[in-house]
Amino acid sequence: MRIGVDVGGTNTDAVLLDGDKVLSWCKMPTTPNVGGGITDAISKILADADISADEIQCVMIGTTHFTNAFVERKKLLPVGIIRIALPAAQALPPLMDWPEAVAEKVGGTIHLIKGGYQYDGRINEELDEAAIIAAALDFKEKGLRTVAVAGLFSSVNGDMELRAAEILKKHMGDISISLSHTIGRIGILERENATIMNASLAEMAKEVVKSFHQALKDLNITAPFYVSQNDGTLMNAEFVGKYPVLTFASGPTNSMRGAAYLSGMKDAIVADIGGTTTDVGMLVNGYPRESSVTVDIGGVRTNFRMPDIMAIGLGGGSLIKEEGLKVTVGPQSVGFKLLEEGLVFGGYTLTSSDIAVAAGYVDMGDPEKVASLPTGMIEKAVDVIHNIMADVVDRMKTSSDPVPLILVGGGSVLINRDIPGTSDTIIPGYASVANAIGAAIAHIGAEIDKVYSYDDIGREEAMALAKQDVTEKAVAAGAERGTIEIIDIEEVPLAYVPGGTVRLRIKAAGQLNFERKKNQDRLSVKG
Amino acid sequence: MEITFENMEDFARGAAFLGTGGGGDPYIGRLLAQNAIKEFGAPKVITADELDDDAAVFTAAMLGSPPVLMEKGCRGEDIDLAIHKLEERLGRKAEAILPIEIGGMNSTLPIMAAARLGLPIIDADGMGRAFPEIQMVTFSVYGCSATPLVVTDEHLNSVLVEADTPARAEGIVRAIAIQMGLSVMLSAYPLVGKQVKDYAVHGTLSLALGIGTAIREGRTTGNPVEELIGYLKTTPYYNHAKILFDGKVTDLRRETTKGFAIGHCLMDALDGSGRKMEIIFQNEHLIARENGVIKTIVPDLICMVDRETAEPIPVEHLRYGQRLKVIGTSAAPIMRTPEAMEVFGPRKFGLDEDFIPIEQL
Repeated sequence: MRIGVDVGGTNTDAVLLDGDKVLSWCKMPTTPNVGGGITDAISKILADADISADEIQCVMIGTTHFTNAFVERKKLLPVGIIRIALPAAQALPPLMDWPEAVAEKVGGTIHLIKGGYQYDGRINEELDEAAIIAAALDFKEKGLRTVAVAGLFSSVNGDMELRAAEILKKHMGDISISLSHTIGRIGILERENATIMNASLAEMAKEVVKSFHQALKDLNITAPFYVSQNDGTLMNAEFVGKYPVLTFASGPTNSMRGAAYLSGMKDAIVADIGGTTTDVGMLVNGYPRESSVTVDIGGVRTNFRMPDIMAIGLGGGSLIKEEGLKVTVGPQSVGFKLLEEGLVFGGYTLTSSDIAVAAGYVDMGDPEKVASLPTGMIEKAVDVIHNIMADVVDRMKTSSDPVPLILVGGGSVLINRDIPGTSDTIIPGYASVANAIGAAIAHIGAEIDKVYSYDDIGREEAMALAKQDVTEKAVAAGAERGTIEIIDIEEVPLAYVPGGTVRLRIKAAGQLNFERKKNQDRLSVKG
Repeated sequence: MEITFENMEDFARGAAFLGTGGGGDPYIGRLLAQNAIKEFGAPKVITADELDDDAAVFTAAMLGSPPVLMEKGCRGEDIDLAIHKLEERLGRKAEAILPIEIGGMNSTLPIMAAARLGLPIIDADGMGRAFPEIQMVTFSVYGCSATPLVVTDEHLNSVLVEADTPARAEGIVRAIAIQMGLSVMLSAYPLVGKQVKDYAVHGTLSLALGIGTAIREGRTTGNPVEELIGYLKTTPYYNHAKILFDGKVTDLRRETTKGFAIGHCLMDALDGSGRKMEIIFQNEHLIARENGVIKTIVPDLICMVDRETAEPIPVEHLRYGQRLKVIGTSAAPIMRTPEAMEVFGPRKFGLDEDFIPIEQL
């Protein structure tokens, strides 16, 4: 039995799953101290299903906490920055192009150090260990408690970063260390940026993990907990304390994964209609399609994996306005105040939910309150709502072939007509808590990003090697071997290289290995 | 024209447009130039007319694989060294820096070199766009030698190359680049003022800035693509400009042959007319065909931009489902002569077609 929790900015949603069956679910307001909201939500679903805490095998949590913290520049720590790349890349110094306000908060102490690899893993320059020691002592003297390390082509070979971490620990003791090869991809600036962001969130990550632990302890849940990453896979508690940045944008990913699970579809468009906005993404083989472009977060450019999501201003609370003969829907919204301000709820603002009630296809609140709305206007507004959805669906599609559309989120009731270009419109059960379900069913994943020479070993062997590597990585992360699937392969030939040098990026994911977890627990009991 | 820290963003965007899909990451290019301007001050921009006929003009460029350039950037001293080694070989001091190609990263790298060396930069280049091989410039069309040239790496290793033809220089440099780690600095085509005056494509730094500015301003008025086309029509080279296609990427195939990434991009029209476009690229876009009929062919320019923001999309960022407008424009007249076709006409890229100017298509 497992629990999925989604801690959003407004609501904390929780679901209790027994295998494939949803036993109970709830939506509670998010509390200023994150742990409190989690405790409330979990105690409610346990009580509703009459399940005791010791029956829970694991808890999966999705949270937007870290993204918001970085964007709002809250509690960011100053970071010691080490780049192992000299003599390369000097003309692109760290933190260049960061908004000044953020750079000031996190930046300051930068050490450029000799070392790094070539694109094919050859050593470009030996690691200057003495310079790492000097940096460690400098950071220590300045009282820095968190360090970011980025090495040239570390995504091909992470050894120098790992060696630097050893030296840092030896000279600085118990500090947070963020290594770029565990976070980003090829592209030193973007990978380094993500690593610095991660380092600046390190202290908060430990606090949040602690508050999760405490919340579960208060509930007498002894099962392990996991936090969902932005690619729809999980990381364990220890890992999230080290790599908070990997949770960025996990919210939309969880809704999409939840939608896939609830509908049983692997390839579809998912629209998560909330109170103010609708997030639309494309499911490919059960996972969200990834954005291939760089993503700015709080004004800082990064290249880590993010779901390709289009957000539009349509939601259950969207304001309806008449401008001459035209009717507009959104993007302004009453948001979470819908239950007070919407007409059918006794308020004074005309919203998209009121229109759906007036048009007769949604039953909520008091329909009498919208009985006098002019029919022409209602029809126009319904048209606009469906046109907005049709447009965004068409934008996300990759071919003209019709695809199924899965609607989730509280606002999914707004849509009651077929959307052009879709084969089917599905509103699965438990659609309003798809995000928490997505967290609950998340898999353990792994990724590799390496350059291979097809001329040397052939395409098939290179693929086989890469798949084997990524599978082992997934097993090491806690996935059950038999369930591991390769979920994405990106093959990019490198120009200006004689035939067949290819950059392969492969992702794998598999189910969480409960058995092994149990065995480990048993061993630890004996020990 | 004046180069400033601030206008490098518009400039790099315009250069990405002129990169016609290739030319490397304009973002890295912009940062390299901005960092040099911050440290050394902005270089002065001069026109070719201001040069003495025998003034020593040196080019500065990066050559390598785009993902490697994204990781390695450059050192700074490596480009200085390429120029200095070539000065040594020729026994002459450089008096000005000339960009060899205006498309992509190689538009901003010479700005960095000029800033570092305290030299003026010439408002011109050798193609008014981007091309994948060293010999594909006007200078080689009109008989200027690509060599002596110098290649350097971030360890400050350097190689002096003297070759009998520009095409063979290209082959040698490619072999060196692989050994040096696929990202090298290069100073080739040492020229004198008269050659620049006679054979360069003039005013292209200003044009790149103009294109980038038009796109940015278009975003504030709400129609960047129209604004961009409007601007192109006022330029001396890109004046035959039109939107070739408004569609969605439906398929993307890539293969690597002879060290080049050859790709096919298929698009469907968004207006539901069923029209289809195929674009073939080899680093840069080479030919655009609608339902099999040629709409634009190299050396005329084919550029793909986001249909709403007019942001130029390089081939490495092309992907299924993107909604793009394809823009075709004429190349500079000096790029469209029969002699030019012998160096970078369609057949030089393995296309079985003759060049037809866009205005006749």
